[in-house]
Amino acid sequence: MTPSIPLSAQLINLFAAVILLLAFAMLAQRRMHSLVNLFALQGLALCLATLVAAVTTGQVHLYFSAGLTLLLKVVALPWILYRLVRQLNIKGDVEALINIPTTMLVGIGLVMVAFNVALPISELSHTITRGTLGIALAVIMLAFLMMITRQKAISQVVGFLSMENGLFLAATSATYGMPMVVELGIALDVLVGMIILGVFFFQIRDQFDSLDIRHMEKLKDS
Amino acid sequence: MDFFVLMLAIPLVSGALLTIVGERDWAPNLNVVASLGTFLAAVGLTGEIVANGPRFAFGEQFFIDSLNVFFVALTAFVGLTTSIFSGPYMKIERDRGRLTKPRLRLYKSMYQLFMFTMLAALTTNNLGILWVAMEAATLTTVLLVSLYRTPASLEAAWKYFILCGVGIAQALFGTVLLYFAAERVLGATGNALLWTHLVDVKSQLEPTIMALSFIFLLVGYGTKVGLAPLHNWLPDAHAEGPTPVSAVLSGLLLNVALYAILRCKVLADGALPEGYAGNLMIGFGLFTLLVAAFFLSRQKDVKRMFAYSSIEHMGLITFAFGMGGPVANFAGLLHMTMHSLTKSAIFFAVGHATQKTETQLMENIRGLIKINPLIGWGLMLGTLAILGMPPFGVFASEFMILTHAMKHYPWATPILLLALGVAFASIFGKVQAMVFGETTARRLPHAPAIMPVFLHLGIVLMLGLYIPPYLTRWFHEASRMLG
Repeated sequence: MTPSIPLSAQLINLFAAVILLLAFAMLAQRRMHSLVNLFALQGLALCLATLVAAVTTGQVHLYFSAGLTLLLKVVALPWILYRLVRQLNIKGDVEALINIPTTMLVGIGLVMVAFNVALPISELSHTITRGTLGIALAVIMLAFLMMITRQKAISQVVGFLSMENGLFLAATSATYGMPMVVELGIALDVLVGMIILGVFFFQIRDQFDSLDIRHMEKLKDS
Repeated sequence: MDFFVLMLAIPLVSGALLTIVGERDWAPNLNVVASLGTFLAAVGLTGEIVANGPRFAFGEQFFIDSLNVFFVALTAFVGLTTSIFSGPYMKIERDRGRLTKPRLRLYKSMYQLFMFTMLAALTTNNLGILWVAMEAATLTTVLLVSLYRTPASLEAAWKYFILCGVGIAQALFGTVLLYFAAERVLGATGNALLWTHLVDVKSQLEPTIMALSFIFLLVGYGTKVGLAPLHNWLPDAHAEGPTPVSAVLSGLLLNVALYAILRCKVLADGALPEGYAGNLMIGFGLFTLLVAAFFLSRQKDVKRMFAYSSIEHMGLITFAFGMGGPVANFAGLLHMTMHSLTKSAIFFAVGHATQKTETQLMENIRGLIKINPLIGWGLMLGTLAILGMPPFGVFASEFMILTHAMKHYPWATPILLLALGVAFASIFGKVQAMVFGETTARRLPHAPAIMPVFLHLGIVLMLGLYIPPYLTRWFHEASRMLG
């Protein structure tokens, strides 16, 4: 018999599972607008998981971390993404290189790999959130898969940001978050990166008349 | 005022200032003056460290010892010469209509901010901030790679952003794991990511976690070093961006990324069984060396070819540090210095050559020596230097790496010789054709900046013939720190 798990740990595991599910949903989602919605939801789940960890452990900087996640991943980044989608007039479906059922099957395989890699490490952790380390690694790998299989530049970026979510989840689950100054720095990088990308998208669109990265496969070593 | 604070403040403030006044006629001079100020502050800081030993700054957040002060001095120096070079270069680009005033403003301000992130990455004591600064360095250079807004340059910048972004995300995961290992020993305080604290307890760090952490850090920062098979962004970014950007990417960014790996290796070596981290680096290094050498022979674009040459040298340096020990570390550090100086000199010469012929295709660049002997000779001598010809300094460091490998890793010697031989054959023939023969180049209204080319080559030559004792001492101390 395993000892009973405290409610807070169950909640965190629940939110982590929601994050993983959303990662799968993003992998399957074809419409650009819904993809951004899913990303915002994933940010919200991450924020709630961090908040539960903060309440349980009473660590002050986790509250900041949760607030930062809320501001950045639920409000600021989705807002920028919506604006980009509207201004760049990205319509229609996101095209995937591999069909979606196959992608999902590959994704399931990745989750198994991630759990196996994380197992020896999460056994060493003493945090109440340690079970989620495997989930965090799985989210990172699924986001990676999404970046590989998508054709539109903007959905690659959503994949990239989703990977960042996985990394934050890993930091929270293994160690109750990184030191404050580091988290602030990471958040700043993500935000600046997003703004630069926004500028960059307009340059790409002006040059290629589309955000499809198939136009960008010219540079090769012949 | 404190040299260290000055060194970080000058590029940051002038970067911000240049976003405002970057379109004025005197803005290029401001860029040079700021770089000069940074360099002087770095020299002052170096003197201070040599005289008084390691020091902290801003509490314990920044830490300067003999290892990183050496990179700081090198970075500030190449930063200065590149800013001098970019003055006439950018003027010609503007006359040719490839760049507009607002884009030049962007270039200058991002250039200073890039220097700031490099210097911050080198001097920080906090491994988390190191990551933040490395990512910021990518961000400042993405828009520089796409400065020409051509389809090819946009593609290159996109590749650069995504590949380095993904790579550096791996490094963040490695940092999280490292913090996890550290927290078990040092407790969940802000100090658990400070390198000086970690190095004291490195033997107590949990080996299971450190093994995984080092792999992620090596792959992550290795992407920025240009280690194969994650090197694909590097030739594109070097070939499609403006040449001063190629020079600083090759000469500085790769070094700083490698420096990040070295700091992490010291920790991994303490926690893991002997040779674990080293063998990984040897493997990656040799593989990179081979891949780059064979891609070299197929290049048609001159900047692309020298970008592959950078990958090759980074592989060699990674291999040297992988072997470890005082001799190999000394050789690695020396080679990093030599490569940095030589490669940026080559890019300066190549930059002017491509402007005079209006092409980067090597088959269309001919007879440089006729139209401008200094550029022709600069390119020729730089190429000879980078290929490891005596009496240049690259020969000394490559010789040390080779002899050390023969003694301790004899099986690696044929691979090294093969790769170096292939690289020599592919580069030398092509450069010779570009320098001599009937000319395709034409004169340009602005005189090129020749001084940086020969200044760099002069230092490389001098260090090949004679390394001053204080420099030897300094290198020795730094390589001892690396274990």
